[in-house]
Amino acid sequence: MTDTRRIAIDRDADIVAARQAGRELAAQVGFKGSDLTLIATAISEVARNIVVYAKRGEIALAVLEEGDRRGLQVVAQDEGPGIADVEKAMRDGFSTGGSLGLGLPGARRLMDDFQIESRLGVGTTVTLRKWVRRG
Amino acid sequence: MSVPILRFGDVLIASIQLAQTDAELLALRDRLAGQVGDARARGVIIDVSALDVMDSFATRTLRAIAYSSRLRGAHTIVVGISPEVAFSMVQLGLELGAVSTALDLDDAIAQIEERRRSQQRRD
Repeated sequence: MTDTRRIAIDRDADIVAARQAGRELAAQVGFKGSDLTLIATAISEVARNIVVYAKRGEIALAVLEEGDRRGLQVVAQDEGPGIADVEKAMRDGFSTGGSLGLGLPGARRLMDDFQIESRLGVGTTVTLRKWVRRG
Repeated sequence: MSVPILRFGDVLIASIQLAQTDAELLALRDRLAGQVGDARARGVIIDVSALDVMDSFATRTLRAIAYSSRLRGAHTIVVGISPEVAFSMVQLGLELGAVSTALDLDDAIAQIEERRRSQQRRD
């Protein structure tokens, strides 16, 4: 189960498709209840960032297996303008796109692991991971 | 498919049936803005129980609907936020601002009746 599900993102309907695919895969991995909604919401935020700032990109969903724990990985990748100040972009309420500025910091709070790599003129990659809670 | 908007006296009820794209939410905002005037509505109820997520965009759009409706004399109540969606909104740090909430449609109608009674007492 190491195959990756890729969803091309270039219009707002793709945001819905990506979060629904993520919720479906998360349910297969073993996430339940509110975790499914947290994952779908995080995907919605990072997919919208692609549409708003980069116009097009991709969401890649993959199942994680590490020892006896399972999780879901979401990679949001674009070749957009990149983020000039990543530290600032991670602050609540900071936005250059006329939004609430909760997209990236919000997605970080919804998931267990969060990584962002961005280079001006090259693009942005956001990697999110969440693990199924045991017990 | 656009969100059906029902008219119940001077109350508009928008019942979201399935996951909405950003453009569909903006279309709902614009239709409600027009219908608040046409119906001389005093209340707007938006049922979000079929929404899969309430992310920052959905929250911002609901806030915009509530604020513009209030400027035109109508009070907005959002109903049907599920426990899962409520939890994710708390985690995201989303606030509904001027938007009132109610557990369900009955609760929302009761709130509107209560506002109407207290306004009549003041008149």
